[in-house]
Amino acid sequence: MANKAVATRDAYGEALLELGKRRLDIVVLDADLSGSTKTGKFGKVFPDRFFNIGVAEQDMIGMASGLSLTGKLPFASTFAVFETGRAWEQIRQTVCYSNLNVKLVATHSGITVGEDGASHQAVEDIALMRVLPNMTVIVPSDGYETTQVINAIADEYFGPVYVRLGRSKVPSVMPERYRFKIGKAHVFSMGKDANIIAAGIMVSMALEAAEILKKNGIDAGVINMSTIKPLDTKTLLKAAKSCRVLVTAEEHSIIGGLGSAVSEFLSEHYPVPVVKIGIRDEFGCSGSSEELLKFYGLTPDKIVKTIRKALK
Amino acid sequence: MAKVSQTTVIELKEKAKELRKEILKMLTAAQSGHTGGSLSAADIVTALYFHKMRHNPKDPKWRERDRFILSKGHAAPLLYAALALSGYFSKSLMKTLRKLGSPLQGHPCSKTLPGIEISTGSLGQGLSIANGIAAGLKLDGLGSRVYCLLGDGEIQEGQVWEAAMTAAHYKLDNVCAFVDNNGLQIDGHCCEVMYIEPIVKKWEAFGWNVFDINGHDMAAIVNALNQAETVKGKPTMIVARTVKGKGISFFEGKVQYHGMAPTPEELKKALKELDENGK
Repeated sequence: MANKAVATRDAYGEALLELGKRRLDIVVLDADLSGSTKTGKFGKVFPDRFFNIGVAEQDMIGMASGLSLTGKLPFASTFAVFETGRAWEQIRQTVCYSNLNVKLVATHSGITVGEDGASHQAVEDIALMRVLPNMTVIVPSDGYETTQVINAIADEYFGPVYVRLGRSKVPSVMPERYRFKIGKAHVFSMGKDANIIAAGIMVSMALEAAEILKKNGIDAGVINMSTIKPLDTKTLLKAAKSCRVLVTAEEHSIIGGLGSAVSEFLSEHYPVPVVKIGIRDEFGCSGSSEELLKFYGLTPDKIVKTIRKALK
Repeated sequence: MAKVSQTTVIELKEKAKELRKEILKMLTAAQSGHTGGSLSAADIVTALYFHKMRHNPKDPKWRERDRFILSKGHAAPLLYAALALSGYFSKSLMKTLRKLGSPLQGHPCSKTLPGIEISTGSLGQGLSIANGIAAGLKLDGLGSRVYCLLGDGEIQEGQVWEAAMTAAHYKLDNVCAFVDNNGLQIDGHCCEVMYIEPIVKKWEAFGWNVFDINGHDMAAIVNALNQAETVKGKPTMIVARTVKGKGISFFEGKVQYHGMAPTPEELKKALKELDENGK
């Protein structure tokens, strides 16, 4: 493990600040949530390159697009539900259609937003971003991976990217030697009985589930599919072929997210059943993030039970 | 400030007539597209491309150029005519408007055509983009200006007012926008569809420097553009009172020509009218 448990949004705030120090073309935009998204750290040090647009997500995306047209590299941040929902059409019409080098990094994704409830919990953002041509979609699993993702999308890739981050602390899961590459999944292990394709906070849960299963004589592999688009189809195919049960795990609706992306590919190239763990076509609700994870069945236990049932 | 010379005004009026002819020919060849709103803003766009803006058709991405964002993207034929007559691409391309494989898409596409700063067509988004460019230019210490053309129906979009706040808040005095106030939108008179007046007071209240002009008075357009350049700390909005379908008597003020192309017979009549008007 590379470092201790941190929220991916905190890692983002730090990474952005460091990036801003070494690259003068970085500009950052926020829509009145810079304290929560952690872009405020950059804003404090580089006020001239920081644009708080107020509670106006659509304008923020347009402004970011304009800045990119002058050769700046904009990072635009707010909560996932507002970034991808409120400003979806601006992202489609301007950022994606013109293939602009705009980085959309949203925090507070999924139900682990907690007490704020359904209005603030994006469980459909991956679907909304994934459907857009030219868009790349990345869901880092921990702070260490987040730092690498932020640097990679700035230094190694020109074009629109959506990065999905969370509010709550997540355990550190990625090994020290890990190097993030867009479109490349990380294989913790390939299982003979089952493989769990996971993203975001579900990666650590998948690892826990695999440990439990191992004690019971079930060989379950874990793959961190942090880039959801473009999907690492090579690794996916290998995982599907090597085991009896393929499971996807995501803190997102099972409609349109990682599970869907995996199914879309496999149904054409290697049709096998895909068991999906995620939010089942419903809204979130208020509660602590731990309570909500249990309530919606996003736990290692649920993964274990799902795999056991599927193997029967 | 020196007023624009009479010679310049006469030259620009002649150029505007040329643009109108190309717009009509293009739309007739396409047999679809937006006639009324292309003609209403023709004088404004002529003043920009053939007088005010620093731009180089041989180097469309010249770093120090002034920018033009057509927020009312449906007036694409007008922009295409201005770009073609400026020399950004061959005039012969104009007859491919809206055809499969043409770089002249139904609404402007920056990926297919040189001189288009950004794809537009979905209303309400251009001013935000213009602001972003303006902020970027300021960061780079460039004196280039950003022009943006909005429709009057378009200002019903909420994002326009978000952008209005942003431009004033960040003191983007290198932004100069126009509202092409021709008074009509697809479903009818703007103020019957959704009341938009008082336009001038609204922009003033949002912290903009505002000019209220006749959008077909070439001298007034150029003078307002010149004056806007001297305003510091505030963006400028030029509310241009225009006539939809301007220049062709049988299109003027007719709401049905918002999104209808001329027939070949109408084209013949229209071109004749434009020629006779100049005599």
